[in-house]
Amino acid sequence: MSKNVFVVVVQHQGAIRQSAAELMGEAARLAADLGQQAVAVLLGHDVARHAQDLIQWGADEVLVVDHPVLESYTTEPYVKSVSHVIGMYEPQIVLFSADSIGRDMAPRIAARVHTGLTADCIRLDVDGEQYRTYLQAESSLRAEEIEALELSGSNLKMTMPAFGGNAMATILCPDHRPQMATVRPGVLAVPAKDPARTGKITVVDVGLSPADRHVEILESTESEKQSVDIAAAGILVAGGRGVGGPEGFEALHRLAEVLGGEVASSRIEQNDWVEKARQVGQTGKTVRPDLYLACGISGAIQHMVGMEHAGRVIAINKDATCPMMKRADLGIVGDLQEILPKLTEAIAAYQAEKAAR
Amino acid sequence: MKIVVCIKQVPSVETVKLDPRTNTLIRTGVPSVINPDDKAGLEAALQLRQQVGGTVSVVTMGPAQADVALREAMAMGADDAYLLSDRAFAGADTYATATVLAAALRKMEFDLIIAGRQATDGETGQVGPQIAERLGVPQVSYVEQLSAEGGNVVVRQSLEEQTRLLKLQMPCLITALPQLAEPRYMSTWGIVDAYDKAVTVWGLADLQEELSADEVGLQGSPTRMLHTFGKQAKAAGTVCEDLSADEAVSAIMEKLIQWHII
Repeated sequence: MSKNVFVVVVQHQGAIRQSAAELMGEAARLAADLGQQAVAVLLGHDVARHAQDLIQWGADEVLVVDHPVLESYTTEPYVKSVSHVIGMYEPQIVLFSADSIGRDMAPRIAARVHTGLTADCIRLDVDGEQYRTYLQAESSLRAEEIEALELSGSNLKMTMPAFGGNAMATILCPDHRPQMATVRPGVLAVPAKDPARTGKITVVDVGLSPADRHVEILESTESEKQSVDIAAAGILVAGGRGVGGPEGFEALHRLAEVLGGEVASSRIEQNDWVEKARQVGQTGKTVRPDLYLACGISGAIQHMVGMEHAGRVIAINKDATCPMMKRADLGIVGDLQEILPKLTEAIAAYQAEKAAR
Repeated sequence: MKIVVCIKQVPSVETVKLDPRTNTLIRTGVPSVINPDDKAGLEAALQLRQQVGGTVSVVTMGPAQADVALREAMAMGADDAYLLSDRAFAGADTYATATVLAAALRKMEFDLIIAGRQATDGETGQVGPQIAERLGVPQVSYVEQLSAEGGNVVVRQSLEEQTRLLKLQMPCLITALPQLAEPRYMSTWGIVDAYDKAVTVWGLADLQEELSADEVGLQGSPTRMLHTFGKQAKAAGTVCEDLSADEAVSAIMEKLIQWHII
């Protein structure tokens, strides 16, 4: 009988990512619904020190796979380790972060242990009634359609954006275990650490050897420390095609500066307008700022999936009927080139006045 | 050197729209294209062939219409093309898709397999790694540079926080990022030639030494779609039209202050 909810945690440069906390919180929630345990599989070299963090985020047990060959990520040693752990412990659910490493190893692991995998999930449910409540709140389905869904049993309902983010799809893995999913980073809430939580730490030997590494790392360069982290920004001034060009983005930068925020963008073909790291949406990042000021963004659904968790939204656009206007708390139909410099000025003046008071 | 590029025919992404009433895709009139990441992979394969010699084959699993994508690949310069098409393959998830592609690849033989990082319609990025697993060959995903020396390939891999230069022995599989290579246009003669050449079509029966019926299509797929749905429109906010720039600024300032943003 398979049981427990596993999270695969990968260490990078001596640290574990925030997505590990998000997944741990989610695993704890699912495990509680199932009356089972949340278990972290922590992989790397000299990683045991992260075990306490994982326990405080919700792990009942941490399985540590520690080996020099796991120090830098290559596919096979990680695939072998996780597959081995799955074989030993027979989890019911295994979750991975949908970052590049998670999405490199998870498909191979699923194929090796002969089970299904759902990519880039943004919501997970085992409880049918919770899932119905979610559909009632978020989907366009009618009440009777939601009632008619066959949701008995505790199969994991894995919800992902589909058709390029134009709709949502929910996937099941009814007859194979474990049920596996990669989960989009930044979507689930980060749980508060509970310093009082205790858990078991178990070291697992999966029989790794240097011969498992089929890929030789000749050179490794850290990407320029990304000075922009739009995922963490509280205020985003986002521009789309309607901004008109690189000069248009300069006005956005000035506005973001007075607001103490960052500049973001929708998907724009012209890559000299704005850096790729600032892109929000299906092919970019998921953000949850308190304020999202959408400038000249019409709001293709592939963009909306990346900013749907934004708090307040202001849209400025020439088109009064575009989807972003419908999403906005305040929509202004007008010309960015006129409005943005004046707005920047007005905010700066207001702040100066406030400081003088 | 025998290079095989796995391609997928996808709806041109910019033009896909959702029917607001039925929440289903409006497919009529939507042109089909070679998935962009796959096309970058194909271009890289053609460039590599020019440097080290050998052949470039393309393979796809899909309906008969996917023939067009294979012809386009041949018009770009691929030597030959394989269409894996059978009613039994329909409804496959990534696992069952990879199973069929791996079976065909075993039969075709290969030194290097190139797949796109992900398709614009499914966006799972799972088929490439799962083909590699089914074939038991090493993989590198997210490749943005590729070269071959002797029996090895050297690739530059782009991850979120680092880029790495990696070396692996062939046979192996890589998945291509769009920046791997800028696809060339089809040449006129290429288009003419592409329609003179034959596309090899393989069904389940042609791959029976490698495959059984319960491994393919819906039956061979561990995952099931429960349903798809559209999203609920949020409660409408205020939309202000016909404001002067100054009035617009005032309206925005009022909200920024009210929301304690400034």
